[in-house]
Formats: sequence, structure tokens, C-alpha cells
Amino acid sequence: MARYITSKFLYTLLSLFILITATFFLMKAIPGDPFMSEKAVPAPIRERLEAQYGLDKPEIVQYVNYLGNIVQGDLGISMKKLNQEVSHIIGQTFGVSLKLGLIAVVVSTIIGVALGLLAALYHRKMIDSVVMVLAVLGIAVPSFVLASLIQYVFGLKLDLFPITGLKSALGYVLPVAALSAQPIAFIARLTRSSMLEVLHADYIKTAKAKGLKWPAILWKHVIRNGILPVVTYIGPMTANVITGSVVIERIFGIGGIGKVYVDSITNRDYTMIMGITLFYGIILMFARFVTDIVYVLVDPRIKLTSSKEG
Amino acid sequence: MANENKANNQPLPTVSAADFAPVDINQHESEVIKRESLTAWRDTWERLRSNKVAMGGLVVLVIIILGAIFGPLIAQLTHGYNYKSNDLSATNQPPSSLHWFGTDDLGRDMFVRTWMGARISLIIGLAAAMIDLIIGVIYGGIMGYFGGRVDTVMNKFSEILYAIPYLLVTILLLVVLKPSLGTIILALTITGWINMSWIVRGEIMKLKNREYVLASRSMGAGTGRLLFRHLLPNASGPIIVTLTLSVPNAIFAESFLSFLGLGVQAPISSLGSMVENALTGWMFFPWRMLFPAVLISVIMLAFNLLGDGLRDALDPSLKNK
Repeated sequence: MARYITSKFLYTLLSLFILITATFFLMKAIPGDPFMSEKAVPAPIRERLEAQYGLDKPEIVQYVNYLGNIVQGDLGISMKKLNQEVSHIIGQTFGVSLKLGLIAVVVSTIIGVALGLLAALYHRKMIDSVVMVLAVLGIAVPSFVLASLIQYVFGLKLDLFPITGLKSALGYVLPVAALSAQPIAFIARLTRSSMLEVLHADYIKTAKAKGLKWPAILWKHVIRNGILPVVTYIGPMTANVITGSVVIERIFGIGGIGKVYVDSITNRDYTMIMGITLFYGIILMFARFVTDIVYVLVDPRIKLTSSKEG
Repeated sequence: MANENKANNQPLPTVSAADFAPVDINQHESEVIKRESLTAWRDTWERLRSNKVAMGGLVVLVIIILGAIFGPLIAQLTHGYNYKSNDLSATNQPPSSLHWFGTDDLGRDMFVRTWMGARISLIIGLAAAMIDLIIGVIYGGIMGYFGGRVDTVMNKFSEILYAIPYLLVTILLLVVLKPSLGTIILALTITGWINMSWIVRGEIMKLKNREYVLASRSMGAGTGRLLFRHLLPNASGPIIVTLTLSVPNAIFAESFLSFLGLGVQAPISSLGSMVENALTGWMFFPWRMLFPAVLISVIMLAFNLLGDGLRDALDPSLKNK
């Protein structure tokens, strides 16, 4: 197990290293430099500026410095917001996004599992069809479309919820709904198919045969086993919620890290784009790493030797 | 044996010859083919055709593809405008006989722009899926066919690449490269092929130990013949399903990028950029949001339904998963 975790961890680091390297060289590939502006910068000042930011050194030295800075959590200085460190801005805005994202993850998991379980228990009945139709719709409708739609219907026309901002608890309803729709759909489908499999398993028959009450069977055997595949969805769900929140924050006017990301893309604030991309990358890779580990921990049937498959 | 002897010792019920009637075996009749013999593809098609939901998806897709091809042309012929001709005296018009889907903030016709956007989305989705297919089949084919150390190294490499989040890579690339149709497709395919390669790898690994492959090999078939004549055609089911389901992924990614302003650049329209563009005024001009938003959802839905149907049709054992 320790060996498995170490090797997974090393591979995650390797992927991260590739992403960091890619950001560095892409930054270098962008035409122009941070000190280009409408007014020509006098040569001596430019030289001093370059010296201050280490841009006068050979690229390989710059690259090593860049790596060193990232290890220390220093993502450089925003090109557009004067003298603001990227890591500082991330620290300021991440809290809002994290809260929104965590609520969305909890809501998606609870509702998704509940819907999937219902569909499996009422297999080939009305509820099953309704859940499956909802799941297909949830997967097909892009989050930004759904967000705009519910904002229009529930925020503007029906005036039930605030249109923008997170000032009150009600303000969370629409953004969370838009963020969770896709994860709910995926989780419901995953749960349904795995619960169906479990419901037909021999140990359920055994449990029935030995006279266990149905609620106990459901709780002890069906749900505990059927919920396992949902664990594999931790990684993709994090990715979903992060990319979702990038657009949803813009639509609902929430000042989180996603909005900063969109703004920096619009303004071509390169250091900011690279910094937030790296930050997102670290979160997503960490989520995938955790998924791999948790899955092996919760499901003893997985043999570590076969972890190569798939 | 012991059981048989025991059974023989039991007194048998008496039966007379009259209890038996000859079964008329007509050699000719038993050879008659009652049902038309179907090739694997015909069989798949029949199964798919009986799946109403999937066929609905297919029909909708055909209509949308026709719309994307002919929609802009129709408006050009009947009303005389194209996707970039604007009329500043007629901005933000609601749908009318003059502008079927209304106009946008620059007075451009939304009907033409919506179908142009669908065209761009479909081109990007299909092109990205085809490139994923080609790279994925080659890479996955090599991994699966050769196995061993080649497989280990190539698989680890793809795993490391795959761990880098897909949308982040595309965003990074498009921030640096100038967004155009070509660079968007490049950005979408740069790590998009990995999933396909894993599907192909798994299938080839499963198939390469089958008897017919051994038979073919013993008759002197080379690697190329084995791969293209035996392995890949038999792996085509999962490949087609993955292909169908990767199209909506690419379309979603493109619309997401357009939404961020990293998609195709104005005046060319894309469904994602139209939705983004409509955000500024949709409280007053909801139709600007409605048509592109509905169309992109319908395209995604149709591809997903068709993909699910194809999976059921190609491998009935997976039904209801």
C-alpha cells in the first residue's frame, strides 16, 4: 500500500512538473514582455527592471528560479494589477469559491446518490425513467446555459432568489443549483447502475434468506456496496465544479477566483492566468490522487497489481 | 455408470409402438433460412433502429446538420444577409418575419449567426473527434498489440499527460496561440486522444489472444494485416461509441472556451460566444440567449442519446448500465 501511494504520488508530481514547465515555456513564447507599454521605457530603467525580476539571466536559470519560487508558493506578480502578488490575490478570492464549491459537492453527492438509489429501487418504473431523463438532460445542458436559464426564470421572472451575489443564504441557491446539475446527473447514473448490480448480488439474497429486515439490508449491504463507484467520481467532480464555477461566478457576479481567472484571460494578464492555472492544476491533480488512494482503501476487492488497467 | 445400471434395474413402464409417432424430418425444410441472415452491422442497425430515443437523437442530429449547412444559405437567399452583415438601425430586434431569430446588439441576424455557430461547433466537434480517433487508434494499437515494456512506457506517458487537466491545457494553449479554428482543434486534441487510446489498447489486448488471430498469424499474416483486418474491425464497437460520445465533449469544451473569449473570434459566431455575448442584455432581449443556448443543449443531448443507443446496440450485454 505504501508503495502504491508513493508511486502514485511521484507520478502526480511528474504531471505537475510537466504542467509547470509548460506554463513557463508558454509564458516565454508570448510576444512582448511585461515592461512593454505605450511609453518607451528608457534602456537603463528597463535593465534595472529586468535585473530586479531576474529577466536578465539565461532562460535556464530563470526556469530554475521559477521552479524554486513555485515550491515556495510564489506565483509571481500580476502584470495588470500593479504590485499585487498572484498568490495573494488567489488567497483573497479562493475562500468564496471554495465555500461555493464545497456546498455544490455536498449537495451533488447527497441528491445524486438519493436519485440513483431511488431509480435502482424502482427499476423500470416511473421514477426510474424520470431520473434517467433528468440525468441525460443534466449531462447534456452546459452549465452556463443552465445558469443563465435559471437566473432568468427564478431570479428575474419569478423573483424568488437574488440574481447576483452571495450576500444571503438564498443567494447561494441558484449558483449551487447550476454548479451541481452536471455532477448530480453523473452521480445518479453511476449510483443507479452500481446499485442495480448490487441488488442482484448473491449476498443480498443471503441477507434476505437469513431474515434480515429490508431497511437493514438496504443500509448495511446495498448502499454501502453500491456507493463505491461514486468514490471514483471525486476527481472528475472537482474538475467539473472548478470549471463550472469559472463561468458561474461570472454569470452570478460572484467575486471568487473563477471570476479573477476569466477577467485575467480577458485582460491577457499572463502571470495571473499561469498562476491560477497552476493553482487549479494542483487542486485537480491532488483530487485525482486522493481518488486513487481512497478507492483502494474503501474497496478491498481491488488488487493493487491490476491498478495499471484502465 | 453406476447410476445407469441402477436405472436399468427399475421396472420400465410398458410402452407400445403405437405411443410413438414418427417425426418427419424433411432435410430440405431444416435447411430453409427462416429469417434473413444479417451481417453484424445490419444487426446493430436493426437494434439501433428499434431504440426510439437513439433514433430521435439521430434524426435531430441530421436536421441540425442540414440546418448548419443550409440555414445560413436560406437566409442569404431570402433576406440577403450573411453572418456579419449588420444593420445598426435594427439592433436587438425580437424575432419577426424579417429576422426569424431576431437580431443581436450589432443588428446582425440571429438566425444566420445561430446556424453559423452550429456549423462551427459541429466542425470543431467532429474534427477533434476524428483526430482523437486517428491518434488514439495508432497509439492505443501500438500499446495493445506490442504489450510488454513498450506498453508500460507508453501507458505511463499517457497517464502522466492525462493527469494534467484537459481544459487547463486548452486554455493555456489558446491564451498563447491566436485562437482560430485550427488552433482550437489542436488545443482540444492535444490531450483529448488519450481516452480513445486506452479504449483501443484494452480492446486489442483482449482480442489479440483469440484463436482467429492465432490462425491468421500461423498462416503468415503480418502485423498490418492482423491489426487492420482482424483486431481493429473487431474493436470497432467500443471505438465508435467512444467517438460518438467524444463529439459532445469537444463541442462543450469549444463552447466553454468561446464563453471565456478563447474560442473563434468575431465576427465568426460560435454558440458559446453568442451565449456569452447575450449575457449583457438578456434581461431585455432573452431571444438572444434562447436560440443559441437551446441549440447547443439539443446538439449535446442528441449526441449523448445516440451514443448511449449505439452502446446498447453494439453490445446488448451493457444495456441499462
